[in-house]
Amino acid sequence: MVDVNVWGSLSTCTDNQKVIQIEATTIRGLLRELVEKYPGAAPWVKRGISVSIDGEIIRDDWSKTLPDDAEIYLIPRMTSG
Amino acid sequence: MNINAKTQIQEFRSVGTRPVRQDGVDKVTGRARYGADYNMPGQLVGLVLRSPHAHARIKSIDTSAAEALKGVKAVITAADLPDHADGDEGLLEILDNCMARTKARYDGHAVAAVAAIDEATARKALGLIRVDYEVLPHVTDVDEALKSTANVVHEHATSRVDPEQNVPLNVHATEEFGHGDIEAGFAKSDLIVERSFKAEQSHQGYIEPHACVASVNADGTGDLWVTTQGHFSYRIVCAQLLGMDVSKLRVTSSEIGGGFGGKTHVWAEPVALALSRKAGRPVKLTMSREEVFRSTGPTSPASIDVKIGVSNEGVITSAYAHLRYGCGPYSGVWGMLGAMTAFACYDIENVKTIGIDVRINRPKTAAYRAPSAPVAAFAVESVLDEIAQKLDMDPLELRFRNAVKNGSRSSYGPTFGTIGLVEVLEAVKSHPQLNVPLAANQGRGIACGYWFNIGGQTCTTLNIGVDGTATLTIGTVDVGGSRSSMSLVAAEELGIDYDKVKTVIGDTATLGHNDTTEGSRGTFSSSMATINAVKQAIGVLRERAAKMWEIPVDDVVWEKGCARAVGEEHGNLPTLSLAEIAKEAPNTGGPIAGHSEIVAEGVGVSFGAHICDVEVDPETGATKILRYLVVQDAGRAIHPAYVEGQYQGGAVQGIGWALNEEYVYGADGRLQNAGFLDYRIPVCSDLPMIDTVIVEVPNPGHPYGVRGVGETPIVPPLAAVANAISRATGVRMTHVPMSPPRVLAALENAKVT
Amino acid sequence: MNGIAVSTAINGDDIEFLCRPEETLLTVLRDRLGLMGAKEGCGTGDCGACSVRVDGRLVCSCLVLGAEVQGQVVETIEGMASGDSLHPLQEKFLEHAALQCGICTPGFLMAAKDLLERNPDPSEEEIRFGLAGNLCRCTGYDKIVRAVQDAAQVMRGDAA
Ligand code: FES
Ligand code: FES
Repeated sequence: MVDVNVWGSLSTCTDNQKVIQIEATTIRGLLRELVEKYPGAAPWVKRGISVSIDGEIIRDDWSKTLPDDAEIYLIPRMTSG
Repeated sequence: MNINAKTQIQEFRSVGTRPVRQDGVDKVTGRARYGADYNMPGQLVGLVLRSPHAHARIKSIDTSAAEALKGVKAVITAADLPDHADGDEGLLEILDNCMARTKARYDGHAVAAVAAIDEATARKALGLIRVDYEVLPHVTDVDEALKSTANVVHEHATSRVDPEQNVPLNVHATEEFGHGDIEAGFAKSDLIVERSFKAEQSHQGYIEPHACVASVNADGTGDLWVTTQGHFSYRIVCAQLLGMDVSKLRVTSSEIGGGFGGKTHVWAEPVALALSRKAGRPVKLTMSREEVFRSTGPTSPASIDVKIGVSNEGVITSAYAHLRYGCGPYSGVWGMLGAMTAFACYDIENVKTIGIDVRINRPKTAAYRAPSAPVAAFAVESVLDEIAQKLDMDPLELRFRNAVKNGSRSSYGPTFGTIGLVEVLEAVKSHPQLNVPLAANQGRGIACGYWFNIGGQTCTTLNIGVDGTATLTIGTVDVGGSRSSMSLVAAEELGIDYDKVKTVIGDTATLGHNDTTEGSRGTFSSSMATINAVKQAIGVLRERAAKMWEIPVDDVVWEKGCARAVGEEHGNLPTLSLAEIAKEAPNTGGPIAGHSEIVAEGVGVSFGAHICDVEVDPETGATKILRYLVVQDAGRAIHPAYVEGQYQGGAVQGIGWALNEEYVYGADGRLQNAGFLDYRIPVCSDLPMIDTVIVEVPNPGHPYGVRGVGETPIVPPLAAVANAISRATGVRMTHVPMSPPRVLAALENAKVT
Repeated sequence: MNGIAVSTAINGDDIEFLCRPEETLLTVLRDRLGLMGAKEGCGTGDCGACSVRVDGRLVCSCLVLGAEVQGQVVETIEGMASGDSLHPLQEKFLEHAALQCGICTPGFLMAAKDLLERNPDPSEEEIRFGLAGNLCRCTGYDKIVRAVQDAAQVMRGDAA
């Protein structure tokens, strides 16, 4: 079980909780569980979510593992100029 | 040049030097081939018919007269671009933008296109196409579009997130970030400053218009030569829109004459492919400058409210921003990016930002270098400057008291790792520009800026030539000298000289997928992939040397460009050079190469601070930039001259936006200034030298410490110039660009009130 | 088509071509003669990317008609280097990293050459005003001005 911080607008899909508990060991599992638990998050995952693990922002590599006690934040996936 | 390295953790031989770029001679002799500099046999000329209306239903299009004209080989409308999007809304939007399907949604929206044997014939044919429009009411202003009485821009205006349950239809998306309790934070504040700001729409202004040559064959294969920041992404999107197999479309990126985000999206390329398919001949399609302005690229216009509370000591106790960005008629991510970057430079206990994308009848917005961040910084840094004035505090000191450091929680969530804002501010503090005295009507402004930077999919190949030289093939488009930087990296890693490595950009058939060069990712991620590819090649080289020596590979090491045998029993073997090993390759196992296919993670964020000195003429409202300084953390500058070039170029784009550049729409919803004469970008005589300091706080996520550098330089200038003008005139500037009439009006206004 | 026959000298070579009355010199150079070094950034005389010299005068080739160069001498970027040795301006642009994307570079080089031939020792301000007809979106002009200053010094034969 890891504590996952979600950003403001995503929290509208997580019953307004800013921190949720997810049973997962990798980013792939985290995103899967997120949608399982909160189906409203599905469009967000489809559009792209990056995962910050202890401050390192992982945009694409879903096989990254989530260490115990890591600080985990979800943020929108970035694109730009 | 001035490099301020915080920690020299590595010694480099090539990285950090300033050799002449490898594509340079072609570019100074006129031989480099850009988008419009390529022709195919039997090629036709393509031209696009564009809507003169900001919003209109297309009742019918009659192309018969155009088709009958001698020399016309194809005429297309949306009917020739059937919907292959398969329910993918994003793709459908792109298709609709390339060629209006039922409605023209902005002045300049494509409605039909022709291919003919020459330009004169094609132009004549455009004039023969009859479009029957039903003109609809439009809205081009962000704040107007949010009113409940506003005209609806897009009938599918679905808003995913609706916190208040009454979002007007023109809102595409709302994003919220922050932590703490801002109301409690404001209650604790000794001083609160609250202001509203407006930023007009600007264009990336690349000097090379969009251009491509498209050829689709009867067997469903195709070739596309195009000026783009991402030929792999163009391939995917074009193939999907045309219903082609991705692997059957080969896209070659030409030399690119500037992009800055504006060449990350397809515009006319699918149209050129559709014309070619219909005509059965190659089609060259080049946009005019007017088309570039009316139909491509611009960044978002924005409207922003900021409220910041501080203690008497200048510590921010609470901060709030509400940011509204126009995204054109479709969807956008600009509100999100503005909301994420607005307060990213500061460590704030209570912070909340809301970013909104607003649909308007203007062109589909594209990214423009750190998109959304410059106007967010304009608003936030202006309020901070006002706070410094009210507290009678040095504005630099105010930044020091609130700057994020390692371990600070960012305003958008995650905790920062190794970052360099404090080092940047220290470099500013010790810079002589701060001590230059200012005269009457002169002012000095400071502002900070932030950008995330991104990594992404990247693929490179290193091939060792028979003579021991190396060719490096990369898939990230070179928008400003990155080929040379990659040669430096390969030379460094391989231990050979820079001039023994030649870097080329591969087309889509030569490498696996590479994400678009955007978000300052090119150098960051391709250098990472290059290092991997070279390491793999070195593994092969060691094996080959071992074979030549007939010893175990574990006894061979790679040093300074040579294989060396280690261990007592091989002590007398002379080293084998790269050239010697390469020469033997046919007899030791064949060609020698190294490959790397990665998703580059571990991006390092980049902070900068700019100092601008101006003089304002109170009679005319005209502003002259007297001195300008850019200080930014590069992590590690691979080719410092090109890092400085990014700093200077980004700063000047920001200065142009701050002082002059804006889209002017008439009441009829038409763009009034679609040309370089009236959309005025900075010229040489407008500017002083742009001083730079490269700070190096290595990014631990990259083997050499590289951070992206291309975006951050455009973030602080709007605010730095505004703060300088505000201090020179004593009147707070809240609307960019601060063109002479606008400054004059602000001065007059201040006299009245 | 009413082709006009034009005889001219381009970069020292005698050239003859046919063009339509309304065709610009830029179109002739690029599409008829394959001299693609001059670029079209605007087509309206605002960007300078198409700069060439006609009878020793710097012009925007997008504003000159092809038919106008009858009997005149045209110089383009393709004629700037002699053989395999680059002009000092070309050398200095490379050395100072005065180009990023490079689309503006041919125009800047032509304009700078014209400037230095008229004024071998320009001040920074004279360089800035002399090149104000050429747009560059990438560099912020700093390195371009420095390259021109340095090239001027070399061309004057001053000790560096
Ligand atoms: S193309 Fe001639 S001045 Fe721009
Ligand atoms: S180098 Fe790109 S426009 Fe000048």
